[in-house]
Amino acid sequence: MREVYLDNYAATPPLPEAREAMLPFLGDSYGNASSLHSRGDAAREAVEEAREKVAALIGANAEEIIFTSNGTEANNLAVKGITAGSRRKGKHVVLSAVEHFSVLHAARSLEKQGYELTLVPVDEYGVIDLDELASAIDEDTVLVSIMTANGEVGTIQPITEAARIAAEKEVPFHTDAVAAAGSVPLDVGQLGVSALSLSSDLIYGTQGAGALWLKRGVRLIPMLDGGVQEGGRRGGTENVAGIVGMGKAAELAAENMAARSAHLGGLRDAMIAGLPDKVEHLYLTGHPTQRLPWNASFAVEFIEGEGMLLFLDQQGVAVSSGSACTSRALKGSHVLSACGIPAERAQGSILFSFGLQNTRDDVDYVLEVFPPIVERLRQMSPLYAKFLKERG
Amino acid sequence: MAQYSDEVMDHFTNPRNVGEIEDADGVGEVGNPVCGDMMTFYIKVDEDERLEDVKFKTFGCGAAIAVSSMVSEMAKGKTVDEALQISRDEVAEELGGLPKQKMHCSNLGADALHLAIEDYKSKKGQS
Repeated sequence: MREVYLDNYAATPPLPEAREAMLPFLGDSYGNASSLHSRGDAAREAVEEAREKVAALIGANAEEIIFTSNGTEANNLAVKGITAGSRRKGKHVVLSAVEHFSVLHAARSLEKQGYELTLVPVDEYGVIDLDELASAIDEDTVLVSIMTANGEVGTIQPITEAARIAAEKEVPFHTDAVAAAGSVPLDVGQLGVSALSLSSDLIYGTQGAGALWLKRGVRLIPMLDGGVQEGGRRGGTENVAGIVGMGKAAELAAENMAARSAHLGGLRDAMIAGLPDKVEHLYLTGHPTQRLPWNASFAVEFIEGEGMLLFLDQQGVAVSSGSACTSRALKGSHVLSACGIPAERAQGSILFSFGLQNTRDDVDYVLEVFPPIVERLRQMSPLYAKFLKERG
Repeated sequence: MAQYSDEVMDHFTNPRNVGEIEDADGVGEVGNPVCGDMMTFYIKVDEDERLEDVKFKTFGCGAAIAVSSMVSEMAKGKTVDEALQISRDEVAEELGGLPKQKMHCSNLGADALHLAIEDYKSKKGQS
């Protein structure tokens, strides 16, 4: 059976070059990067080389990169670490309503400690309201965190404008760039942000490595106390292999950015153009043009996401959904809800997230196998039956 | 998908008795699409008070569809009073178990069937 992996927002396949670069550090080059002997030196040099490469991907200085174990840790470190660093200044945090759980839940945990939280609303396309952002920031605000782009619906935020608003009020601005990095050019100077999160497993490195870029001068209290790794900002022995893989992946992303975006964008556009011709009552979620090149997300009316996902899996196609039934917490997506999509329609959420390995044939295959699946589930659906009766 | 038993996957992939009964003797509906699962059961009852036909339509996850299918099979041929004895736990057992988090929200098939039977009984009482 044909296998079509379209869940690249969950994890991208590691590039062979990244894996190759990692292999020595899973074998003979097992030294601890903090050791003073030669084996330690080899590990240290590899980590520092990776730091240069990750920094280059976002136009940053290498010494401003803090390696973490994943994007979630980078986001937690930013939200908790920056607010802790300015505890005496204030206790108010501003986020968008569509942040990833690793930002949203980190802020919720601050809320339990007495912080105040403001969620900036988004429009139907998932774009933040800049006026609301401006009025949300007050004298007590110590951090604004708005994601660069939302992976679930693909919407790219006006980060430069948002960061400028925060800068005018002298509030640190963090952006979660996990979904955007690798397919959208990012330059921290141009964006005007003070902190930015990355994850290796969405840029074709491996799971278990991430990074937080923190602009020099922004105060941060570490979350992991230990040795003086990562400039004393993140204790713990480095995941050398994972970091090396991330470095290689970042280097390749920077080199091939334009070609990647064009390739992914072509697949996305073919899906977005092709599917509505074959499936009625289909809604694109997210912004029609300000959109990640790899994201084609929809809500399919009258049916539920898990059923689509399971039937697609039987056809060899791997996707994800934001429906309540597919979430382990059994809650519908807060992102779709923030976009004003009715809960009923959000149950039919489906996300096709493309990767470098995908081809136009993959799109054509989905366009062939997916419409009959929708039809089959609709034939079972009491909501569809009602709709047909009411339409007459 | 590893979370479901073979029986669940079989009933999900090839659900039995999907459809509506135009002149049903009883109809029962449970759940709502907002919470994720919604089921409508239709029954046809013969002169011996047996369920000669059971059909359903379901909006929901794989478990919800499998549960509906299993309930329809279990109920067919039973008397209405026997069918009222079909419990959620029994349905889950027949399906080789359901994931814990799906036990409450998706295992509504027996409830929908019971509502259809009550609907039948109340209609009969009125006539």
